Amino acid sequence: MSRETGATRRLWKFHGGVHPPQHKEISTTLPVSAARMPARLVLPLHQHIGEPAEPTVAKGEKVLKGQMIARPQGYVSAPVHAPTSGTIADIGDYPVPHPSGLSAACMVIEPDGEECWMERQPIEDYTTLPPSELRNLIREAGIVGLGGAGFPAYIKYNPGHQKAIQTLILNGVECEPFITCDDMLMREAPGDIIGGLRVIQHALQARECLIAIEDNKPQAIAALRQAVAGYDDIEVVEVPTLYPQGSEKQLIKVLTGKEVPADGLALNIGVVCANVGTAAAVHRAINRGEPLISRYVTITGSAVGAPRNLDVLLGTPMRDLIEECDGDLGRIERLIMGGPMMGFALHRHDLPVIKTTNCILAATAKDLPPQRPELPCIRCGACADVCPVNLLPQQLYWYSKHHNLDKVQEYDLFDCIECGCCSYVCPSNIPLVQYFRYAKGDIWTQEREKEKSDIARRRHEFRQLRIEREKAERLAKRNRKKSALKADTAMAERDKKKAEIQAAIARTQARRQAAMKEAEKRRKSFGKEARGPMDETPQQPDNASDNERKE
Amino acid sequence: MLAAIMVLSALAVIFGLLLGFAAVRFKVEGDPLVDKIDAQLPQTQCGQCSYPGCRPYAEAIAKGEADINQCPPGGETTIMALADLLDRDPKPLNPENGVPQEKTVAVIDESRCIGCTLCIQACPVDAILGAAKHMHTVIASECTGCDLCVEPCPVDCIDMAPIEQDILTWKWPYPENRLEKAS
Repeated sequence: MSRETGATRRLWKFHGGVHPPQHKEISTTLPVSAARMPARLVLPLHQHIGEPAEPTVAKGEKVLKGQMIARPQGYVSAPVHAPTSGTIADIGDYPVPHPSGLSAACMVIEPDGEECWMERQPIEDYTTLPPSELRNLIREAGIVGLGGAGFPAYIKYNPGHQKAIQTLILNGVECEPFITCDDMLMREAPGDIIGGLRVIQHALQARECLIAIEDNKPQAIAALRQAVAGYDDIEVVEVPTLYPQGSEKQLIKVLTGKEVPADGLALNIGVVCANVGTAAAVHRAINRGEPLISRYVTITGSAVGAPRNLDVLLGTPMRDLIEECDGDLGRIERLIMGGPMMGFALHRHDLPVIKTTNCILAATAKDLPPQRPELPCIRCGACADVCPVNLLPQQLYWYSKHHNLDKVQEYDLFDCIECGCCSYVCPSNIPLVQYFRYAKGDIWTQEREKEKSDIARRRHEFRQLRIEREKAERLAKRNRKKSALKADTAMAERDKKKAEIQAAIARTQARRQAAMKEAEKRRKSFGKEARGPMDETPQQPDNASDNERKE
Repeated sequence: MLAAIMVLSALAVIFGLLLGFAAVRFKVEGDPLVDKIDAQLPQTQCGQCSYPGCRPYAEAIAKGEADINQCPPGGETTIMALADLLDRDPKPLNPENGVPQEKTVAVIDESRCIGCTLCIQACPVDAILGAAKHMHTVIASECTGCDLCVEPCPVDCIDMAPIEQDILTWKWPYPENRLEKAS
């Protein structure tokens, strides 16, 4: 129907890819509505890639809708906001949606039902703001990639040392089966998406914008084509349906023919990709002053009576959503967050919706046949034919299975995007992606341990050094003391000798004086006897003192 | 004939001097092999290998005094890495040195600590903080789990607690193969 535009733009192909059954139509029949307010909202502090957020409010405090309740820690991090007004009922560990089934730090809000917003500060004209200011606002709004990975969005909207980038791609491909939240968002809120796109385009100073949508979403394509009418630099591109086209590197290849280098970013070749949901969130943050507190979530699967999309407050328990869509918890055989290809099974029903929850798949055996037993690899090479990254999955499997972590990296394990195409086509039912995830985890663990042991070595060496130094210092101190003591005794001896000499001198003097006095006396008594003693006697002491003085 | 002998002798003297100079000028301090071996060891400094720390053990391996299978904390991974590095055949861990155990971290029961500083002196990586007659505590991120501090404590207030997994350190398990398991 809109072949004119599709025909003018040349499209490329990426290697491989598969066509799994879509199952998308079941959840697009009903319009999107807001989900019911749950009794409690549980907000994990770690809903994104990077460092977890840090609470800024205490237990028992009242919070307003949209108020920041946890601030980002570090550069790669995102804040968490209160999705509604209420009271912080608890801060502590709760089960979170994660393949491990473990608990993590969460904040619990008890809604007061008043939906009382904090003061919102919309930006009247974003074009007057410098791009760095816009990025800051996007960070403050807690926006992360809503396509599934949850990488803090503001980091991606930084062109770095390049002044401007060539192409901004808005990803509305949504290639994974069952998921329709982006489709419904494009149908129902194309204005929001375009509004956000303009903001991101300004932040990046992008020359052209492409909105990529697979040809299985004609209504979304029509809605967005209508919304971009009048903009020369935005083009809606219809791409043929192929899984995993929604993956960033594959989509860039299809639209531009360029390949992102293995150790590089899309930015290195002048391209930035953003999900349509992220763009809508940016629009609400900048043009309405509302942080990321809700998202579209697809609730689907055979265990759900009325599959549909809901506009869900973050932190809402999945069980509430399944019940709201007439789901039967007892019939669920596997509850999956995400799609059947890349999603992961959840261990319980009461886990909260987080920023990266695009789909809740309440699957029965009809949707997902049980995993058949793994058979030996027959080296048919079907996995290599479908790998969108041009890897050799059977070699990766071989080395992962035998824990050969060096070899598996030589075969570029870390370029694997875990799309699941290889597992999907494997005739021996080998869960290849599980092996690759295991190997990646093992390598990361080893690296962490290596880092830790390096720290321990440095600390141990420093301790040895310190002990040596302290020993040397003690020895030096003792030596100093000893020599000081020696010097003291030498001094004392010298003093003693001096004193003795002095005493000796004094003694000799005293003796000499005594001898002189004696001689004087004798002389005088001699004269007295001759001239009469009385007249000379009073002068005697004076003479004696004179003599003493002279001496 | 004489000329040839003279030339060769002169050359011998020149090269001798050159080599002698190079040996002094480019002397390698320490043994690089010891560094390479030390880099493979887990640095717990626990002494289970019967040497007083990881580096002395590395020196002993380099000299050929110790075998490569005496490090329980490193376990199979370290033995394989050492076998690879030294081009020897890997062998199972020597049970005399102990068995590989789950990774642990020392925890001081602070209400019982009397502040004697004995554990601080025992810690090989300075991971215990405290002063005489003041409560001590373990810096968990620096603790290698060597358990050398447990023995000297006069009031038994130090426990080795297993490290709990969280979502940041969790890793995907090895896929279970039902057929291989059954056979």
